[in-house]
Amino acid sequence: MTQIPAHIRVPANIDSLHTLLAFVWSCLESQGIGQERLREIELAMEEILVNIFKYAYPDRQGEVEIACGFDDGGGLQVEVSDHGIPFNSLSLGNPDLQAGIAERNIGGLGVFFVKQLVPAIRYRWEDGRNILTLPIDPAALL
Amino acid sequence: MEITVRKEGSATVVSVKGRIDAITAGEFEKGLIALMAGGDCMLVLNFNGLEYISSAGLRSILSTAKQLKAKEGKMLFAGLQGPVKDVFKISGFGSIFKIYDTEEEALRQL
Repeated sequence: MTQIPAHIRVPANIDSLHTLLAFVWSCLESQGIGQERLREIELAMEEILVNIFKYAYPDRQGEVEIACGFDDGGGLQVEVSDHGIPFNSLSLGNPDLQAGIAERNIGGLGVFFVKQLVPAIRYRWEDGRNILTLPIDPAALL
Repeated sequence: MEITVRKEGSATVVSVKGRIDAITAGEFEKGLIALMAGGDCMLVLNFNGLEYISSAGLRSILSTAKQLKAKEGKMLFAGLQGPVKDVFKISGFGSIFKIYDTEEEALRQL
């Protein structure tokens, strides 16, 4: 288990996915977060990271950083940041969940999952970085 | 991720174990496309051993299902476990696909 606060910085590409997911899992597990909630956070993290890998650095290699720690009030949080193009993925609209197979669009589900699984997530652009803050509520939501 | 395929009458049972995530979804989709190309259009996806699926996996499923529909094929699901069941539910996939508790039950529908 990883004692927190802790952070990790790695190349922003798909090869880093499992390293980053394992890092977050380990940090949160050390704080007593249960398996069910860990699985939900893991899914949200994959969706966030894959978006960064795909879109943050369209014309160059870049890095992604994750910090697990506490906010000013002592609440557990995970922060994901990159130096890529400014983009708030949370601003994307929700997919049409009622559409049938033929009408259903392929995109938009990842961000929708993130918002369902970590409703308090917020975005800011600061010092040339995209920063997503995930306050971690220990209770499983699904 | 581990995929096992077996024929059961006119149906094809595809059992998937492990994780369908952004890394493995491509391989999963390729497997399904190869089955369709070989004429297998009645698919039962047995997810009993599937521990995790992300939107990348759902995208593969939807994309395959669209192609199957054009061939008048079918894709049924069986044996979804907790976390995978939850993902199907919040994505709305639970209502656009037919999901059965067991593989046997799904096979009876084909």
